[in-house]
Amino acid sequence: MTDAPETRDALSALDRPNSYIGKTMPRPNLDRLMQGRGLYVSDIELPRMGHVVFLRSPHAHAKITGINALAARQLPGVIAVVTGQELATVITPWVGVLSHLKGLKSAPQSAIAIDRACWQGEAVAAIVATSRAAAEDAAEQVSVGYDELDAVTDMRTALDPTTSVIHASLGDNLAFERHHDAGAVEDAFAASDEVVDVEFIFGRHTGVTLEPRSVVADWNAAEARLTIYQGTQAPHMVQNIAALHLGLQEAQVRVVCKDVGGSFGIKVHIYADEMATYALSKLLRRPIKFVADRVESFNTDIHARDHRCRGRIGVKRNGTIMAFEIDDLTGIGPYSMYPRTSAIEANQVVNLVGGPYVTRNYRARARVVFQNKNVMCQYRAVGHPIACSVTEGLVDLAAMKIGMDPVEIRRRNLIADDAYPCASPSGLRFEQLSHHAALAKLIRMMDYDVLRAEQAALRARNIHRGIGIASFIEVTNPSAAFYGVGGAKISSQDGVTVRLDAQGAVICQTSITEQGQGSESLTAQIVGSVLGVSMDRVRVILGDTDNTPYGGGTWASRGAGIGGEAALQATKVLRRNILDVAAAILQMTPGELDIVNNNVVNAGDGTSRIELGELARIVYFRPDTLPPGIQPELMATRHFVPRAYPFAFTNGVQASWLEVDTETGFVKLLKHWVVEDCGTIINPQLVDEQIRGGVVQGLGAALFEKCVYDERGQLTNASMADYLVPMSGEMPDIDIGHVVSPTLESELGAKGAGEAGTAGAAAAVTNAVNDALRPFGTIVTEIPLTPQIILTALGRI
Amino acid sequence: MKASAFAYARPTSVANALELLATHGDKAKVLSGGQSLMPAMNLRLISPEFIVDIGELAELRGIVVKGDVLTIGALTRHADVLKSPEVAAHAPLLRDATAHVAHPAIRNRGTLGGSLAHADPASELPACMMALEATIIVCGPRGERRIPAQEFFTGIYETGLSPQELLVAVELPVARKRSSHFFHEFARRHGDYAIVGLAAQSIVVDGYFTDLRLGFFAVGDRPLLANAAGELVNVPVTPERLTKAAAVLSDELDPQEDQQATPAMRRHLAKVLLSRCVSTLLSRPDLRSGAPE
Ligand SMILES: Cc1cc2nc3c(=O)[nH]c(=O)nc-3n(C[C@H](O)[C@H](O)[C@H](O)COP(=O)(O)OP(=O)(O)OC[C@H]3O[C@@H](n4cnc5c(N)ncnc54)[C@H](O)[C@@H]3O)c2cc1C
Repeated sequence: MTDAPETRDALSALDRPNSYIGKTMPRPNLDRLMQGRGLYVSDIELPRMGHVVFLRSPHAHAKITGINALAARQLPGVIAVVTGQELATVITPWVGVLSHLKGLKSAPQSAIAIDRACWQGEAVAAIVATSRAAAEDAAEQVSVGYDELDAVTDMRTALDPTTSVIHASLGDNLAFERHHDAGAVEDAFAASDEVVDVEFIFGRHTGVTLEPRSVVADWNAAEARLTIYQGTQAPHMVQNIAALHLGLQEAQVRVVCKDVGGSFGIKVHIYADEMATYALSKLLRRPIKFVADRVESFNTDIHARDHRCRGRIGVKRNGTIMAFEIDDLTGIGPYSMYPRTSAIEANQVVNLVGGPYVTRNYRARARVVFQNKNVMCQYRAVGHPIACSVTEGLVDLAAMKIGMDPVEIRRRNLIADDAYPCASPSGLRFEQLSHHAALAKLIRMMDYDVLRAEQAALRARNIHRGIGIASFIEVTNPSAAFYGVGGAKISSQDGVTVRLDAQGAVICQTSITEQGQGSESLTAQIVGSVLGVSMDRVRVILGDTDNTPYGGGTWASRGAGIGGEAALQATKVLRRNILDVAAAILQMTPGELDIVNNNVVNAGDGTSRIELGELARIVYFRPDTLPPGIQPELMATRHFVPRAYPFAFTNGVQASWLEVDTETGFVKLLKHWVVEDCGTIINPQLVDEQIRGGVVQGLGAALFEKCVYDERGQLTNASMADYLVPMSGEMPDIDIGHVVSPTLESELGAKGAGEAGTAGAAAAVTNAVNDALRPFGTIVTEIPLTPQIILTALGRI
Repeated sequence: MKASAFAYARPTSVANALELLATHGDKAKVLSGGQSLMPAMNLRLISPEFIVDIGELAELRGIVVKGDVLTIGALTRHADVLKSPEVAAHAPLLRDATAHVAHPAIRNRGTLGGSLAHADPASELPACMMALEATIIVCGPRGERRIPAQEFFTGIYETGLSPQELLVAVELPVARKRSSHFFHEFARRHGDYAIVGLAAQSIVVDGYFTDLRLGFFAVGDRPLLANAAGELVNVPVTPERLTKAAAVLSDELDPQEDQQATPAMRRHLAKVLLSRCVSTLLSRPDLRSGAPE
């Protein structure tokens, strides 16, 4: 474990002209994107392509009594109007369960609703026309008969015997329940000097990607092959699922994923309307494009969070945390999402609460219920913001109760940096975390004592500022324990192929994908560093199931840690192979040679012996000049998956400094700090910007974002005017620091960094607001922290 | 999110535009900056059959001062109002308010006339027109009408304009000597429509208001020129006076419920604005509610 600046020394073995690891390098795809030469799905135009618009249920729950499309079919440009029944002839329904989530149940879901719509926004018919506008015109002419059914909307009453059951075949509205009990919780509470017991409420929100979900599906009947162009995080998963439900072999499905305008977990799932688009292409034997518009995005992109979690903490007067207990409730919509399921978030909450702390006493219950609202599933930092807000909220309230500084209570309870390996009370295994080093660094960065003095001085002038701290742990680099063991065909391993071309440049194919995180960049940096070539010689190909190794893709903070290690190992093999050939050509031993700056050089004095282009020329065009028995292999493939630990946990701590206008309830964010430990840092700027972006999403949850449903299950703010995303005007400066504890599971040592920012931001803000409100004797435990909520807590309205 | 099909014309003179509006009447819509009209059409909230794009009517663009009157053409964009030295000198309240209208990209296209004709009760500019005693000038088949701002706004998205008429300009009296102004709004994010806002114009002499016009917005179905101001003019303003004015204000308001705020919260925020406005204009920190600035 080291502070960030020393990282580069730690990597000194690689510190050569082409050592890009640990350095900020411009992303190789920037020019393409900045010059408008990106290729997004919306840019794709194919001959005979039809555009599909989905007619969506206006009701949260309704029986479909009839669909009349006669008038619509007559309109100019209309190719077809297809119902769920008709589409069911080409695609089978699915059930979003996994076997390792014991007891999880869900009902079969169809690509287009048949007989019954279960949320406002579920597709009930597809209208295919020569343009989106023509299809929208026609959609207005399709009349659907509905009999409205009772809508289950309040998660708190979803399990009441008087509430109607959404799927009769399931018996009740309970999708999943998990209990956990570790240590001696009752005794620990009994032995506590103070117990805090509060309910935390988290608004339902969504990911809001700049580019909406979009698909072009092209069934080529002559080849019996379906090509799917889709902005997805997991091309091989899409290939598997599309083949499975369309009755094809995986070899008959190619998934191409070029540029993607943001994902955040929104694009790692299989959506009914995307499945319908694949099926429509097969049914109509022509390419079909679906691009969700913004209203559809709000109504159908997975939502997340929406939890109510009761939390208890017991604490001794000396600050010792005795126990945590939670009772978490979440509503997930009418179906568990496919194929990752909608139980993961609640499961994560149970896993993660109390995770940074030493106490062994922990009891938890989580219940996941069905509702007639849009589906909920994994979105950036799955479960972490909830677990972190509950844990850190409780820790701060406990500190308040015993009159202890929030930093001090953490110092006394965070797992010691030399206590690893160890496990959390929920049984998660930690290889090496650095809570105390991170906290110490944060305190230095924010000048904690000075800030506290400033806070006190301002309070005397009726200005109310608050400091909020939130330690967190984060699941990264998931092994097969995440999905594979539950039966999902979602690969946890990734592969990379590297090849020296005939002029000495390198082509690298990787199974991880790029949605803006910098996957291309980090892969090229690793390949360049390990091989000893300049980055401009490395071209990275990703996002094509025909042209990359098999692998998981980019999600769950896994691209750098898993795909990066595969790149490192593949490049090591290529390097060895190149040196073998060079040694044969130069009549030396490979050990006497090295590759530096695109040249094979003498290891001893660095003198250039042969340029890689020249070596490649000999290998590819004059192999006759090589000694007998030498067969050069200038292409190498390696795969990697973590095996020793189910997850490479990372850790960190965030702090927020803000001002509450106690007359108006408005919160002004003044500053935010993050110290995190993602192991080896490949590109510091990419890591910092991932964290900043993550923090901004967390701040959005803290202050702004909420999908507002009415009691009838209508989403009432499905537009960018009404659903408030965080914008730069409200964002504070975000300072970032690092502690570096590389994972020993891989040579690279990288863990994930993409979700750390989101994990703890809302917790830090809520704690800061409560710190600011301290003189008023009130607390808030509901996010988003709207002026309405704060004014209500203050008794002003 | 594609608008339904519509016919389109781009008239080259006001007379030409008025002819088109006379012919197509209710089925036509004037297109100015398009920043409110186009989103509504793309969402198919409205589907006009005929669009009269007034973008080329140069005669409706521009800002001039003549004598005591500042005239701003209907097609003047928010961005031009912000940059105008005439507006800065003679109606600084309007400049301050315009900075709160949306974001630069929208201000580059959105127009003053469009905003006033649209009459969103949460918009900054209609309230400014009331505070600044503006006259709205409209042209129709029967010639020109001059409508005081206070009579122009009649409800949510409703004005005194008929479908055959075009808003052509506004006239504002240039700011008088010793006049001062206050503008503030509470919005969740920069550029959002306000939850509650206040555009105020005053004349302060020796610590007294001799004139005070309080233009509240987002407090009802249209901007409100608050009678509460009457409680504060030509009297020494004490905390008790201010409380009285706040009570009068509370009675005048008819705030709506929406996702941002309940009526009670709007009333509360309007009162906070009143106290902050009075405290700022009179330079009396003791009258301010909440934290100092
Ligand atoms: C994201 C976003 C945020 C915004 N935020 C704000 C905000 O905070 N505050 C605010 O005030 N506004 C805001 N707006 C609206 C913006 O200010 C618009 O520019 C304004 O409301 C309308 O002006 P326009 O020129 O674009 O009019 P258009 O959209 O072209 O027209 C609006 C309406 O007025 C009619 N109309 C236009 N001109 C005339 C005329 N000369 N005579 C008769 N009728 C006419 C049109 O027929 C239409 O009904 C926002 C808009 C967006 C997209």
